[in-house]
Amino acid sequence: MEVGTYDAIVVGGGIVGCACAYYLSEVFESVLLIEPGPIGGGSTAAGMGHVVVMDDSPAQFALTHDSQKLWKGLFSQMSDACEVRETGTLWVAADEEEFSHVEGKRRFYEQHGVHAEVLDSQQVAEAEPNLRPGLPGGLRIPGDCVIYPVTAAGWLLEQAKRRGTVVRQGKPAVKVTGGSVMLSDGSRYTSAVVVNAAGGHASELTPGLQIEPRKGHLVITDRYPWFVHHQLVELGYLKSAHEMSSESVAFNVQPRATGQVLIGSSRQFVGWDGAIDHRIVAKMIARAAVYMPKIAELSAIRIWTGFRATTPNKLPIIGSMPEDPRMMIAAGHEGLGITTSLATGKLIADLASGITPRIDPSPFAPGAAYHHD
Amino acid sequence: MSDLTPKQIWIVGAGPAGIAAAEAALESGATVGVIDENPAPGGQIYRALLGVMKPEIQSRVDALHAKGVLFLNQTTVIDAPAVGELTVKGPNGPERLRYESLILATGARELFLPFPGWTLPNVMGVGGLQALVKSGLDVSGKRIVVSGTGPLLLAVGAYLKQKGAKVVRIAEQAPAQRIREFTQRLVGYPYKLGQGIPLMLSIGATVRTSAWVERANGSHVLESVKINSHQEPIRCDYLACAYGFEPNVELATLLGCELHRGFVEVDETLRTSVPYVWCAGEPTGIGGIDLSEIEGKIAGYCATGNEKAAQRLMPTRARWMRFAAMLEVTYALRDELKTLPNPETILCRCEDVSIEQATEWNGSRAAKLHSRCGMGPCQGRICGAAGRFLYGWEHGTVRAPLVPVPLSDLTERDPELTNHTN
Amino acid sequence: MTELIHILINGHAVTVKPGTSIAAAVLNAGTTAFRKSVSHVPRGPVCGMGVCFECRVKIDGIEHQRSCMVLCSEGMVIETDV
Repeated sequence: MEVGTYDAIVVGGGIVGCACAYYLSEVFESVLLIEPGPIGGGSTAAGMGHVVVMDDSPAQFALTHDSQKLWKGLFSQMSDACEVRETGTLWVAADEEEFSHVEGKRRFYEQHGVHAEVLDSQQVAEAEPNLRPGLPGGLRIPGDCVIYPVTAAGWLLEQAKRRGTVVRQGKPAVKVTGGSVMLSDGSRYTSAVVVNAAGGHASELTPGLQIEPRKGHLVITDRYPWFVHHQLVELGYLKSAHEMSSESVAFNVQPRATGQVLIGSSRQFVGWDGAIDHRIVAKMIARAAVYMPKIAELSAIRIWTGFRATTPNKLPIIGSMPEDPRMMIAAGHEGLGITTSLATGKLIADLASGITPRIDPSPFAPGAAYHHD
Repeated sequence: MSDLTPKQIWIVGAGPAGIAAAEAALESGATVGVIDENPAPGGQIYRALLGVMKPEIQSRVDALHAKGVLFLNQTTVIDAPAVGELTVKGPNGPERLRYESLILATGARELFLPFPGWTLPNVMGVGGLQALVKSGLDVSGKRIVVSGTGPLLLAVGAYLKQKGAKVVRIAEQAPAQRIREFTQRLVGYPYKLGQGIPLMLSIGATVRTSAWVERANGSHVLESVKINSHQEPIRCDYLACAYGFEPNVELATLLGCELHRGFVEVDETLRTSVPYVWCAGEPTGIGGIDLSEIEGKIAGYCATGNEKAAQRLMPTRARWMRFAAMLEVTYALRDELKTLPNPETILCRCEDVSIEQATEWNGSRAAKLHSRCGMGPCQGRICGAAGRFLYGWEHGTVRAPLVPVPLSDLTERDPELTNHTN
Repeated sequence: MTELIHILINGHAVTVKPGTSIAAAVLNAGTTAFRKSVSHVPRGPVCGMGVCFECRVKIDGIEHQRSCMVLCSEGMVIETDV
């Protein structure tokens, strides 16, 4: 049953899909977005909402940096519900060995146009009085931000809708090709461009994509607006995120605009089992308490789990499938989907409409992930 | 498990169902423990006054104590980490308990519905205000309006009057005709009639039927209420308002028990869909104290393999279920109550989300994610129940911790399984 | 059971009977605003049984405690409207 034809169809209403719709609706007349559940109800709802420039690889740096610039261009228009806060990130060194790498990291950021400051032991203590005394120092990236991803996704989609984007909610897509999308109720939509933005489920729709769910836990507290000011991350975080080990935890604490404290993070490969793993939660909180002993006194109101869409090369898959250029992928954003959603959407819109992209798209091309292993 | 060692039964809730379940389980020779959040056993109906229980309840609790039943008071179940295990939080911190059979007697809370002004201080629940009086609130000389629905309005009205309050009005939303029919059928339940008559003599003159509070007025605290049947607002110090009961099914849901129409699904032996878990009292269907007592006994027997003793109680249970069905019909909520809130009336009290903000989204999960409705520390227990009545919202998912706990309670690495022996 | 309990509510000395909940003690002391809601309006107890979290106060320096679920004990320091 054919029910409609569009210039572009986005499959998935997470923040990446919404960002794709946002930019595609700037270059195409008619865009359709398909989402079976609430907008932003998958990994978007489960994530922290850190808009951060990361230096794990040159490609990651380019994507996160570009995306942060795009975010900053939108912040002044976004609604209060998006809870934008320019908290900055404070990378915390646990010991002198970690602190010895901070200056090199600072230089890298500065050389690439991102302001970064080294804080010594006393400055770190002044910036975050609830950190354990005696920490050697850290690196502050003042430009990093925090948003509430669900409402940010909703806001992006709202703007796209104003430009004519149509949203079809309730039924999942079951078959996706370069020219068409079929939903579970048999309805079929055709299009010149189809974007698979189904996150961790993208490989179910486009066989061969190497995307695996990587489970994470988060804990949120009641409101303690005085407790923490920056997004705090241990310098060892990248190591935890980068390694494909079966299980890791890292200190990662975020002040929400509500005054709540959001505590992460964990990484596990356990398939799609969303049950709370109490052993991991305990490890995660114990890790946070090593850095912030007083955190143990705060009242935890909710624990949840979510799944990062992980690729073998730690980079999202963005671009056309080699065998069918009309079939585009925007998925596999691991733990950085909130940050990189906008640059992803922009890249997709540029590639789909023949505009020269702002950043080199080749590291993200679907082929790149195939070739990696 | 060996037949020679007594079965370890844990009962969650020390109200009428929980106490009855403990008594019945003891008869089968089980080792029984009772977990309850409150400082003393009794639950809401048998709640102690300033820590002193009614003599008849005290003697039952004493007898249980004497036979070795362990009461863990001020103890809350926060998680069910594995089959046969609960994590509880008591005065000494978190601990893990192992059960061979578990009886859920978690009772009910009141259903609160939004209307303009319902968030003002001194607007409370009906059982809520009574609970505060029992824990020391002095209401002598206070002007109080009691409203909502159900026999509890009369019971609490009479109680408050006895404590020296001036109960200026009882507003019952149910129509007079239905209450008359209910009263006539009470002839079949003479003991209930016997309870009702003194209440009517005490407080009946202040009752108005087909009456409900449309609005509570005041700037920083309640000053008056507007009732639909009255032209002028009624000046008062407290409004006690609740629209019946909402079963506490969070633990059952966490354990994976099937629900039906919001209640825990049980067979005639009160076994839930989850092995080794029974459920008694309000979570299986709102029925009041007598049904809770009977169901507690049945669950206590059945959870300890004594179905024969339970069998004898089945007709009595059926009788009280018919009474519960009468109550449900009599005090069914009228549709006008859905029209009370304005768009700007708060729905989620924890996060101050208005009706307008929450209903912009399709369903409770989208409303939670996008408007924060239900994201606060009550975990949607108040607004979720209101949303089910107002908008047919679904029950949300339930996750540990069942109530907020300090983070330190979640860091215990493999806390020892506690072996309670007495 | 007859020994009275001495507590401090917002800096004022108050004497209560054993078995009194903090919520009852605070109301008896004439305070109706237990906490400020997230949009800064006063709130007080509703359910009386630990469900609604409206009666949260600071007890002995620890925020967000349900006052209806905690009994007064000697020397407690209670702050409302935090």
